Amino acid sequence: MSARSSTAHSVVEPSSTSKLVASVLVVVYALVTMIPLFWIVVTSLKSPPDSISYPPKIVFTPTIEGYCNLFTNQTRQTPEFLATLPPATTACEKVTRERNMVIVGPSNFTKRFFNSLVIAFGSTALSVFLGTIAAYGFSRFKVPLKDDLLFFILSTRMMPPIAVAIPIYLMYRELGLSDTKIGMILLYTAVNVSLAVWLLKGFIDEIPREYEEAAMIDGYTRLQAFRKVVLPQATTGIVATAIFCMIFAWNEYAFAVLLTSGDAQPAPPFIPTIIGEGGMDWPAVGAGTSLFLIPILVFTILLRKHLLRGITFGAVRK
Amino acid sequence: MAEIRVNHLKKNFGDFVAVRDSSFTVKHGEFFCLLGPSGCGKTTTLRMIAGLELPTDGEILLGGDDVTFRRASERDIAFVFQLFALYPHMNVRANIGFPLKCDGLSSAEIRRRVEETAQILRIADLLDKPVSGLSGGDRQRVALGRAIVRKPKAFLMDEPLGALDSEFRHVMCGELRALHNRLKATTVYVTHDQLEAMSMADTIAVMNNGLIEQLGSPREIYDRPASLFVADFIGSPSMNFLDTHAALASGASELNIDGTKVGIPAMRVSVSESDLVLGVRPEHVSLSDQSTLRGEVFGVEYLGTTQIVTVTTKRGMVRARISADMKASLGEHVGLSFRPEKLSVFDKSTGRVLKSALHEGGVHG
Repeated sequence: MSARSSTAHSVVEPSSTSKLVASVLVVVYALVTMIPLFWIVVTSLKSPPDSISYPPKIVFTPTIEGYCNLFTNQTRQTPEFLATLPPATTACEKVTRERNMVIVGPSNFTKRFFNSLVIAFGSTALSVFLGTIAAYGFSRFKVPLKDDLLFFILSTRMMPPIAVAIPIYLMYRELGLSDTKIGMILLYTAVNVSLAVWLLKGFIDEIPREYEEAAMIDGYTRLQAFRKVVLPQATTGIVATAIFCMIFAWNEYAFAVLLTSGDAQPAPPFIPTIIGEGGMDWPAVGAGTSLFLIPILVFTILLRKHLLRGITFGAVRK
Repeated sequence: MAEIRVNHLKKNFGDFVAVRDSSFTVKHGEFFCLLGPSGCGKTTTLRMIAGLELPTDGEILLGGDDVTFRRASERDIAFVFQLFALYPHMNVRANIGFPLKCDGLSSAEIRRRVEETAQILRIADLLDKPVSGLSGGDRQRVALGRAIVRKPKAFLMDEPLGALDSEFRHVMCGELRALHNRLKATTVYVTHDQLEAMSMADTIAVMNNGLIEQLGSPREIYDRPASLFVADFIGSPSMNFLDTHAALASGASELNIDGTKVGIPAMRVSVSESDLVLGVRPEHVSLSDQSTLRGEVFGVEYLGTTQIVTVTTKRGMVRARISADMKASLGEHVGLSFRPEKLSVFDKSTGRVLKSALHEGGVHG
């Protein structure tokens, strides 16, 4: 790094003071943005009384109770009945028995979480697929009314999607798409595809068409040329687009509340409804939220190199 | 290898006519150049031969087969792009082997052919490098490698040296021609650079406004330009043009320019009184005190073996390429004389040359 920054390309080497200030600012900013995440994770490890104590407890005894409550349904029993039961085998059972409760079965969280995965990955894959082929078409072929079509596609993003919630609700009820995973996938795809087309068109426009022409002359069909030559070079754009689509579909709440109630319900509308004895079960909510963060975190970390290149595309000429 | 025949090819892009009516034949093993200024339709013609554009009208035959509307992939030709179009996600070996992979050759065979090609182009040491780090010339060699590795029916090259700096372009010109002499492959080469065309081509087609103005060997095009455009476009400095108004009978061998009788090759056609243009190459102009066609020396460019003397006359500037030892000083009044057997006379209204003894072959020295 130092070798590179000393080449003629660097403009002015920043002074060590300004570097220090910049580092401090970045660290402070990172800490501030981390506080809610930190609090979520901390809450998930508290007992219910600790989670609502005032002033908030920083020092507490961590417990897995929140996670147990998240994954299981429980019922209160008398101490006499508890005494007749065989000794608790799992850590969760032990924690539960201490509060005079028994586990009666798994909760719906796993199902909801799985729904989230299916809907988010499904709609991301579909958006990126449609976006890529549409963007390629717009980029390479003479499409009648191309500019108008592109503007129309963009204009679908100009209103908040929730503005059409009522018509969509009615439409979905008629079509039998309410509370189905395929319905949610289609809906999120419809919202994301315009973003995907526009982002990917930018990336594909930057790939010289000579590459495909060369491949076609070398004996490939256009489809083969697209797969072997265009796609590998559009990877960065495709990945960046996928991340944006994924984040939207994963976090979407409003439509999920409105259109799903049971079978197809994803995690976001489910988590805030976890109610324990005597009100919100905050540790369970914290546990659910913490777990919910993991997939998108992993997805983004795995692809972060592309994301960085993706969001700065066009800024630097190669 | 095969002959390419192009018949009455036309191409419109909306209202714009890119190629009007082109017909030519590229003989088996010939190095054929399409030469012209940008926008003259030369690249469009090449792309139609390749199958990257479909013609509006006309036909293209490749080795006798009508390929006019066939896909690029089914024509068995190779194309070298101006910007090389090397696949950036592959290394040199994969780039050169790409067309073979498509043909479904075994990997051992691909390896053998790629290495053989790399030997020819002297890039064997680069085979496992990524293409991104290569110099312009090496990229060009890889692009050529990708073209020749498949042993196609013909090579099509679209200004392949355009992206190189001028010094290196000269080297690559020599290499390309040497490669052609070795492979004897039918080649269509598009360029706007007359030097490239002159130094490499067997046959040149000079294009302008979608039309082929002249088709011939470099020598023919230089010595006997068929039109004012060709005469002006080829040669540096370009041909001198002297306007006059006269009638010429068949067999006439003199043309009156401002009262001076200038000897010309014997005319083979007769023209009635009309606007004519006398074309004189700078090297066919000499300074002579006897001549009554006079002017004043306006500029002298010393070029080592020769010098270009610009003389202002009543008919405009005339450039003379004369021996460097001759003395010419600014402001000096000089007479100009031309070599009669080398001159061309054009009809100003049509821009075409008038047939004369010049066009009867065997004009030398």
